[in-house]
Amino acid sequence: MNPVDQRRRDFLGKAAVAAGAMIAPGVILYDYAHAKAPGDPASPKVRWGMLIDTTKCASGCRDCVDACNRENGLPGSTRPTDSQWIRKVDLKDLKSGKAVSLPVMCQHCAEPPCVDVCPTGASFKREDGIVLVDRHTCIGCRYCMMACPYKARSFVHEPTTGQKPDVPRGKGCVESCTLCVHKVDRGGTPSCVEACAAAGHGAIVFGDLNDPASEISRRVRAATTTQLRADLRTDNGVRYQGL
Amino acid sequence: MSVAGILRAATAAALLLAGSAAGPLALASGPALDAARSGPCVEDPKLMRRSHPDFLKHGRDDTVRKGVRGIRHSLAACVDCHASKADGRVLGSERHFCQGCHTYAAVKVDCFDCHASTARPSATAAAAPASGGTR
Repeated sequence: MNPVDQRRRDFLGKAAVAAGAMIAPGVILYDYAHAKAPGDPASPKVRWGMLIDTTKCASGCRDCVDACNRENGLPGSTRPTDSQWIRKVDLKDLKSGKAVSLPVMCQHCAEPPCVDVCPTGASFKREDGIVLVDRHTCIGCRYCMMACPYKARSFVHEPTTGQKPDVPRGKGCVESCTLCVHKVDRGGTPSCVEACAAAGHGAIVFGDLNDPASEISRRVRAATTTQLRADLRTDNGVRYQGL
Repeated sequence: MSVAGILRAATAAALLLAGSAAGPLALASGPALDAARSGPCVEDPKLMRRSHPDFLKHGRDDTVRKGVRGIRHSLAACVDCHASKADGRVLGSERHFCQGCHTYAAVKVDCFDCHASTARPSATAAAAPASGGTR
């Protein structure tokens, strides 16, 4: 952007603020909606999260997993050395017989153990709460994989081919769910959420947990939701309903 | 200056000499390269030949760590512009943009161990009507 455009943008921004104040005197406008332009850095006012309604998640359905593999260029096979960013987990309470099925991915903790243990600073949490691996700095020690209570991370054992332009990945690094950060940064939604909605399940809601007007915040307020292993007090960004 | 620094400076000097001769890229002394688009690069070509690794390193931290998208010096944007018209790639033979020049300069290019070496579909569509095979 050239300096003239920047000045014009600054001026228009201030003019809009001034106009807003005059139109609604006495009304306090809370700053909640934080739409991010692709060129802006991630905002600490945002906390991205997901709510997964396990009552709508069918055992054997892999729509979210397949969408994740397609979006991120993962091989999608389940050999012991293949990466898995989402796993479908089936649970059954032996006493009552109640069964649930749920996808488990990186829980995007507010206090991520993987970040605590990383010796190089490659494992990090963005300002908006998304936990990522900076592969430029990752040395492949896999300490974060040991530290993660959710087994969310995978190590790339073999040379990779067919990477997506937005999702670089290569041998010798640890990787995990990025919350489709390349789409979120451009105002999009993670692919698993889109696939689940497109298939008519609608079991996953994605949004800003810090925005009280967002659908995810309303749902979290209205229903009982749980964070996996809440006893560890990692304060996960991914929450589950009906567990 | 370290040994690596001296080598890099020598490489850049060699490339500058190659690029300063008149005419398109069919230089007897320089690499002959296919590239999809003609027109200006994001910086002066001489500066890019010498400093593109530094630009990319600055940009990658902004994108990975801060989430800034669409930066001026992005590797994906390099590939979009410089991918060969024939197969949409920057690697594969010594006529491909990245591989050709790096082979000529005897510098290993390891970006594409992880990054895609193909242009994004949107860029391929935009590049189709472009003419000219120079950088």
